[in-house]
Formats: sequence, C-alpha cells, structure tokens
Amino acid sequence: MESLRQLFEQIFGTEWGSMLFILSTNVTFIFAIVVPLLLGVAYLTFAERKIIAYMQIRVGPNRVTFFGIPWLRGWGQPIADAVKALMKEIVIPTGANKFLFILAPILTIMPALAAWAVVPFSAELVLADINAGLLYILAMTSMGVYGVIIAGWASNSKYAFLGAMRSAAQVVSYELAMGFALVCVLMMSQSLNLGDIVKGQQGGNMLHWYLIPLFPMFLVYFISGVAETNRAPFDVAEGESEIVAGFHVDYSGMAFTVFFLAEYANMILVATLTALLFLGGWLPPIDIAPLNMIPGFIWLLLKIAFLLFFFLWFRATFPRYRYDQIMRLGWKVFIPITIVWIVVLGAIMQLPESIRNSFPLNLWF
Amino acid sequence: MNRIKKLFSTFLLLELWKGLLVTGRYLFKPKITVHYPEEKTPQSPRFRGLHALRRYPNGEERCIACKLCEAVCPAMAITIDSEQREDGTRRTTRYDIDLAKCIFCGFCEESCPVDSIVETRILEYHGEKRGDLIYTKEMLLAIGDRYEEQIAKDREADARFR
Repeated sequence: MESLRQLFEQIFGTEWGSMLFILSTNVTFIFAIVVPLLLGVAYLTFAERKIIAYMQIRVGPNRVTFFGIPWLRGWGQPIADAVKALMKEIVIPTGANKFLFILAPILTIMPALAAWAVVPFSAELVLADINAGLLYILAMTSMGVYGVIIAGWASNSKYAFLGAMRSAAQVVSYELAMGFALVCVLMMSQSLNLGDIVKGQQGGNMLHWYLIPLFPMFLVYFISGVAETNRAPFDVAEGESEIVAGFHVDYSGMAFTVFFLAEYANMILVATLTALLFLGGWLPPIDIAPLNMIPGFIWLLLKIAFLLFFFLWFRATFPRYRYDQIMRLGWKVFIPITIVWIVVLGAIMQLPESIRNSFPLNLWF
Repeated sequence: MNRIKKLFSTFLLLELWKGLLVTGRYLFKPKITVHYPEEKTPQSPRFRGLHALRRYPNGEERCIACKLCEAVCPAMAITIDSEQREDGTRRTTRYDIDLAKCIFCGFCEESCPVDSIVETRILEYHGEKRGDLIYTKEMLLAIGDRYEEQIAKDREADARFR
C-alpha cells in the first residue's frame, strides 16, 4: 500500500499523488463491495426461487446453465433474467413526469448501496470507519422511502399512487420501532461506530452477543426489517397474488429491475445489520481453535446467509398480514415494547452493580 | 397462569415457529415434479392426441367417405370430398382436419364404422405458420402408416370396452 502511494506521488507530484491514491483506493474498495453485492442480489433471487420451490415440493429453476455444464443447471437463471430485463423496453406512461419517473429507481437503489460504506466486514476491513456509522445507516435507509413516493407520484396513476402511500406509510411506521431497537444497541455498546459495536460483543463465546440480553429487540429489529423491505408477510404494498405491484406498476424493463435489485439489496443490508448488531458480526460463535481460524469475513457471510434464509422461509410460510394488522403490530406492539425495554435497560445500567463492573449489563460475570 | 402462558407463547412466537417447522420439513421432502422432456407421465391407451388415417393390412385405405365424422364433429374441423373410383368403391379425394379448430373430443373416432380415423398418443406437434395445422389426407395417412403398430395395440387393449 505505502509503496503504491509513493509511486503515485512520484508520477503526479506530492499533493495530487496522495489525493489520486486515496481516490483510486476508494474506488477499488467501492467496486470490491458493490460488484459482489450485486452478484449476491442476483443469486439471492435464485436462492429464493429454489428454496420456496423446495418448500412447495417443486424443484424451481433447473434449466439454464453455463456452457452446457450439467451440474450447474439452474445457476444461469439470474444471468438470463438480467439479460432479459436489459433488453426490454422501458415504457414511460404518457402523463408521467419523465424526470421524476427515471429518478425514482435511482433514488431507491442509491441508499441501498451507499449504506454499505460503513459496514465492517472484519476488524480492519471497512471502507469508511466513521464514528457516526449507525446514524449514517439510519439516514441512508430512510432515504429509500423517497424513491417509493416519487415513483408513485411520477407514474401519474391512481393505483401506483395508492401503492406508494401504503408502502411509504408502512416503511415509516416500522422505522420508528427499528430506531428504538437500535437505541438499545447503542446503550449497550455506548458507540455509534459499527466496528466498535461488534467489538463490544467480543468475549469468548456467543453468550456475549447482544442477541442474548436484547433478545426482544432482536426480534423487533428483524421483523421490522422484514416490514421495511416490504417483504412477505408484510408485502401488502406489492401483494403479487392480490393486487398488482403497488408503486412500481407502471415500471418495466430495467427501471423495474432496479426497484427489484433495491429490494433485494435492502434485504441483504438488513440481514447484515442484524448480524452486526445482534449476532456479533465477524466474531466466531466460540473463540476456540478450529472456529477462530476461519476468517471473520466468512463468519459474517454465514450469519448473513442464515438471516437471509429466514427472509425466504417467512415468505414460503406466512400468509399476508392485513393492512390494519400491519399498522397495529407496528404502532401498538413494537413501539411500546421497545420503549419499555429502553427504560428497563437504562434502569439496569444504572444499578450500582453494573456501574462497578464498568461493563453495561454484564449478565454473565 | 394461563394468561402468563399465553403471554410467553405470544412473545416467543411459538405459533409462528410451528408454521415455520412445517415448511422446514417440506424443504427436505422428495420432490414430485415430473421433469417433462426427460420424464413423461404415463398415457392411457384411450389418449386423444393427433389424428391418423389407418389402412387395412393389404395397404388399402380404410376410409369409405361416409362423412359420419364430418357430420359429428362439434367443431366442424373436418372437411371431406369424395368420388367414385374405377373399381366402383367410394373414396375420399380430400380429407382435411383443421387442428386449430379440433377440440380432441374423439367423436370422429367413435363414429367411424371402419376404424379409419383414429386419435394417436402423439401430442408434441406444432405449426410455425398459418395453415401448418391443417392436416391433409396424405399427412394423416402418413401418420397412420408410421404409428400403425402402436395404434393397433391401443385399439386391441381397449376393444373389450367398446
């Protein structure tokens, strides 16, 4: 790294060289995050179709393959889907606001990708190690709802607009419960830096993960995450078996695909955040020889995959919530639970016992 | 006590876990999908697919142009023209089946007094341009010649019930 910086400084001069060095390393990092992420999104759609098919005693996509290799049958499906979507026409309705219509999918996927800047993949591996990481994530995930509203508005169709309203109301309601659940994590870790939050869960085994003391918050956060991303059983906004698509009815081709990508990227993001905040991020479940040899990055991936499986499992299992039930769950169940838990947690942290141990809520020692 | 129990089962999402376990079990069950081009479902000898015109073992075509099939056809998919041959028998000069109209009811087969028009087990055929699905007498006879063995076996198997 240092020799590369010197090379840049030799070629472009001291000032420009170091600036260009930072720029190029950052761009490399961004590509190293975004490209695997988008591949992950593509194969998440494949995994979803396969897993849901298996749960319905079907076999799912099993035809498209690479170069006719028989044991890869089905694995070419996401690529084929992407090519199909790229070749389709983007229809812009006559009455639509063209600028906003194109802007909406961009506004939806931008925060879903931008939020990855602060995600620590292991103790050192993070693009932007900023101290307000969690705030940044909250800000970015709240941005996503603008894309939804603008998409509904720009389509100039009452159906798209109603869909956008439903979707936006749902996302905004669950963001509150999500935020309160995050406040509990902040109280435990006393840091907004995601890396520090994970390090706060260190301690030898999985009993130190925030999953254990904050179990109700974990449930609230994960279920809110499912609702945030408009996934089943909270997918009344899309509701493919009842109504058509909601806010993106009028979108086609690549513009629709971008919404689709954003939904799945958000799923991965929520799973990653849950893994970081509650399941100890890159930490192995037990810090003993064979387990801590595996790089932390792999542990994080495993935890993300585990949580994503739940997303798909939910979709294959649960019937859709009615809209008023969604609102009831968000406002009358989750928010009271989180507020009570914040008060309880604060009280426990102020106990003389906890203060003496200097580690907040040390339940195990 | 019951209330506490209910409270716990609500907050631990017990019922949701029960539901998840059902789908979880199905994840590992053997799949029942028939992989179509490689595997096929069994067909009955009465299967009603593509039509064929049969011949007698001596090579003479069976059809005597009685036009019963044309009359009975509910979709009016069959068109027959006929004339007298030199040996005095009546034969078709034209026997067209419009498969785009045909509803595969099997009435033509049932009405035929000489077992000439039959429906075979063939279901994988297609047309690529307009008119491809109008099968002429020559085509139907060719199908009959090609699959006579199978057709005869199916009639044999079903003969007791006819």
